[in-house]
Amino acid sequence: MKVLVPVKRVIDYNVKVKVSSDGSGVDLTNVKMSMNPFDEIAVEEAIRLKEAGIATEVVVVSIGEKKSTDALRSAMAMGADRAILITTDQGVTIEPLAVAKLLKAVIDEETPDLVIAGKQAIDNDMNATGQMLAALLGWGQATFASELKIEDGSAIVTREVDGGLQTISVKLPAIVTADLRLNEPRYASLPNIMKAKKKPLDEKTAADFAVDITPRHTIVTTEEPADRAAGIMVGSVDELIAKLKEGGLV
Amino acid sequence: MAVLCLAEVVGGALVLDATSKAVTGSAQLGDVTLLVCGPAAAAEEAAKISGVSKVLLADDAAYANGLAENVAGLIAGLSEDFSHITAASTSIAKNILPRVAALLDVMILSDVIEVIDADTFKRPIYAGNALQTVKTSDAIKVITFRTATLELAAGGGSAAVEAASGTGDAGLSNHIGDAVVTSDRPELTSAGVVVSGGRGVGSEDDFALIAQLADKLGGAVGASRAAVDSGFAANDLQVGQTGKVVAPDLYVAVGISGAIQHLAGMKDSKVIVAINKDEEAPIFQVADFGLVADLFSAVPEMIEKL
Repeated sequence: MKVLVPVKRVIDYNVKVKVSSDGSGVDLTNVKMSMNPFDEIAVEEAIRLKEAGIATEVVVVSIGEKKSTDALRSAMAMGADRAILITTDQGVTIEPLAVAKLLKAVIDEETPDLVIAGKQAIDNDMNATGQMLAALLGWGQATFASELKIEDGSAIVTREVDGGLQTISVKLPAIVTADLRLNEPRYASLPNIMKAKKKPLDEKTAADFAVDITPRHTIVTTEEPADRAAGIMVGSVDELIAKLKEGGLV
Repeated sequence: MAVLCLAEVVGGALVLDATSKAVTGSAQLGDVTLLVCGPAAAAEEAAKISGVSKVLLADDAAYANGLAENVAGLIAGLSEDFSHITAASTSIAKNILPRVAALLDVMILSDVIEVIDADTFKRPIYAGNALQTVKTSDAIKVITFRTATLELAAGGGSAAVEAASGTGDAGLSNHIGDAVVTSDRPELTSAGVVVSGGRGVGSEDDFALIAQLADKLGGAVGASRAAVDSGFAANDLQVGQTGKVVAPDLYVAVGISGAIQHLAGMKDSKVIVAINKDEEAPIFQVADFGLVADLFSAVPEMIEKL
């Protein structure tokens, strides 16, 4: 069974983002970039399927600037077998719909049995690519997965839903999107990081695919959220309760 | 402008809070038709929401459990009469609506917090650390609304209920079961009071203290990601970017340092109270009332004196 995992290079989750002065987005200059954390979980799950003898090959795909190679090398250092990079022009926004269309073109060629994606990218927080890709392929989808089992040509997936958990089965080929608790991704060891540099990385450009990736959204403005003014410090529980009573809150 | 809004139905029952708030968001865009995937009783309930002009009822086992393949097919089939397709940003809608958008070859607008005009919307990015206003060129706009800051629509409506049907079971997925946590406390995302515990609470046993304070205040229990990851609280209690987004009248953060990812989930609360023994904790920068104290003495004292 072949597993394909799309990965995205995003601002590292520990970085406090700054809105760019022209309001076009956030400032990406000299900012630490990493693989999207949900995509790391997806890569880890695919590698575990391979280690369990269920998957035979793990292919990682990234769409973006040339620097997205870093995310692909990280995934291969974790244990992915090979990578495909689809380069886009610098500064061009590739929306989830366009990503899904490009991934569909890759999947038509690669014919994986399972795609595991992160549930959302922590930059635009759109939470859409996996679902859109499933729609374009006409495949089943199991989003927000916290547990994945492969049985008799189906994926049995426990999903994190409001108020608890839901378990569904989807026929393979299918798309699974990873939630936070699916697993804890491993750290790549130094020897594996070195080995990853020699693993195959196939480079294509978005123009190689007959796909319209024109953005549908125009950014009007980007702003910082209104600051919440710090309030007052109280000295005791009695004072706190008095303040809450004053405000009619208790 | 005509809006098709997907009602939130869980286990065959209408979730009034999320549905009603989604109607409030949708009514800014045009005439609201509410789609109910569930039994007739849920549709009757939905018809009472003021501002709903029509209820479409899809009472079919294929749509009963929110399976995305089936419900997305149904919505796409109904879409041609509508300029906007909307829902509250719940786990059900976040699963289904992006699939609908791709079927219609349009983009999705997730977690919209403000409607500027019929095709311009404001939404948070980077865990709410930036707000972006985007204008879409798509003919049909597919939107999920973040409900935390939306008001409930009034009751007393009497919309007509019509049957709707679609392509039924796509044969791609099956529902196996649900493990829903039941609680007598109010639902986290709609509670007027939320008491949340963080890593400082220290253990699963001590988390009972958070629950006791919540019960005393008639509120819901929440937790930070650190508390959930440490196994002190169930994951569906998590408040934050990767959990629930809440905006109660009163939010009490106990033993929570105030990581960016937690603040993203609660900073729209009307009044925030922080109790933490570390006076440098970032949570105090957003708190209306801060108390530097050991939670194991302050919380029992509060429970006793309230």
